[in-house]
Amino acid sequence: MSEKFLLEIISPDNSILKSEIEEAIIPAYEGQIGILKDHIPLITFLRPGIIDIKEDKKETKFYVEDGVVEFSDNKLLILSSTVEDLKLLDQQKINFMIESSKKELKNEAINDKLKYFLSYKINTLNEIKN
Amino acid sequence: MPSLDDLKKRIKSVKSTQKITKAMKMVAAAKLRKAQESAEKGRPYSQKMQNIILNLTKSINDPTNAPKLLVGTGQDKTYLCIVLTADRGLCGGFNSNICKLAKNNFNKILNDGKNLKIICVGTKGLDQIKRGYGKYIIKKFSFKEKKKISFAEAEIIGKEILDLFSQNQFDKCLLFYNNFKNVITQIPQVQQLIPAETNSVNNKENEVNSYEFEPDEDEILEDLLPKNISTQIFKAFLENAASEQGSRMTAMDNATRNAGELVDKLTINYNRSRQASITKELIEIISGAESL
Repeated sequence: MSEKFLLEIISPDNSILKSEIEEAIIPAYEGQIGILKDHIPLITFLRPGIIDIKEDKKETKFYVEDGVVEFSDNKLLILSSTVEDLKLLDQQKINFMIESSKKELKNEAINDKLKYFLSYKINTLNEIKN
Repeated sequence: MPSLDDLKKRIKSVKSTQKITKAMKMVAAAKLRKAQESAEKGRPYSQKMQNIILNLTKSINDPTNAPKLLVGTGQDKTYLCIVLTADRGLCGGFNSNICKLAKNNFNKILNDGKNLKIICVGTKGLDQIKRGYGKYIIKKFSFKEKKKISFAEAEIIGKEILDLFSQNQFDKCLLFYNNFKNVITQIPQVQQLIPAETNSVNNKENEVNSYEFEPDEDEILEDLLPKNISTQIFKAFLENAASEQGSRMTAMDNATRNAGELVDKLTINYNRSRQASITKELIEIISGAESL
């Protein structure tokens, strides 16, 4: 299990992470995907959730809301404008995000896709809180 | 020949101008570092995004059903041009270079008998374009109050473009901005946003991959293409910001140097005419003494 591949997390204004890792679990659009070395080439979306990265027995977690994931040639690329390191998210910010999403969810005019998105966001944030 | 007093005043005013340009150069240099950093950090995101779209495009089998953002409306009638400029002047040829390129393209579009629509971002470009092409401008943006342009601003413009596109207001969308190469060189550029450019990127490394998609290609593309537009605009913003500061820095550096040269020249003039007047007075005194 020591085989590694390259992971890059990039946001529009910064390159957040670039390192060799063993495993990444990403919250893809249709469920969580675990990625190991030599995964077949893949392109998918993210929904709100937690990216779980395992590297030398060390575990790093990121919160994301949306983004695109590409895996090819043992390179995992995550493009997202909403990546946050879990350690940097404090209770206050989480509470604020939950409240504002709940408010948005009450709005009847939004479409199903957005509803799905928001409810996942709230669930994930609640999970982080506990 | 200006009087001594005039020269003195002139020297003083040039010197104070020099102080201002020097200060502006310093400020621009400090800002440039930051802007350059964020421009360089922002590059991978837009590049990789473009790459992913390129890969997706290749795997589309049925081009007739592909999203319109990618293949276009099939027509070539109306052009939407987005001109990104600065909100502040005094930055050398920065704004005029973009406008010049834009105007050349406008003329070409109009000469071909096509419709033209313009969105101006930044007040300086608006002033220049308003003169000749005022009636084509449909919208103008300015983020003068914002200290630093973030992704949100790019999304505002992106959304505007997408709204217009979904109303069939235009067929092709071009983006004008300055690409930051280094402090001295900024290259005005035109990039086609809609339909997405798919052949300009080098596709050496991506040839072999056949991807697994989740959900399927069409759905991904439909979600990704609008995002790509905001991303490309944001990239243009960052490049523009860095170019603006770089351009201002060189312009102000030149201005400071010119002011220095001018001061030197004026000082020599001043000294000469002072000496001339002293000599003249001496001659007058001596000839006066001789006549006694």
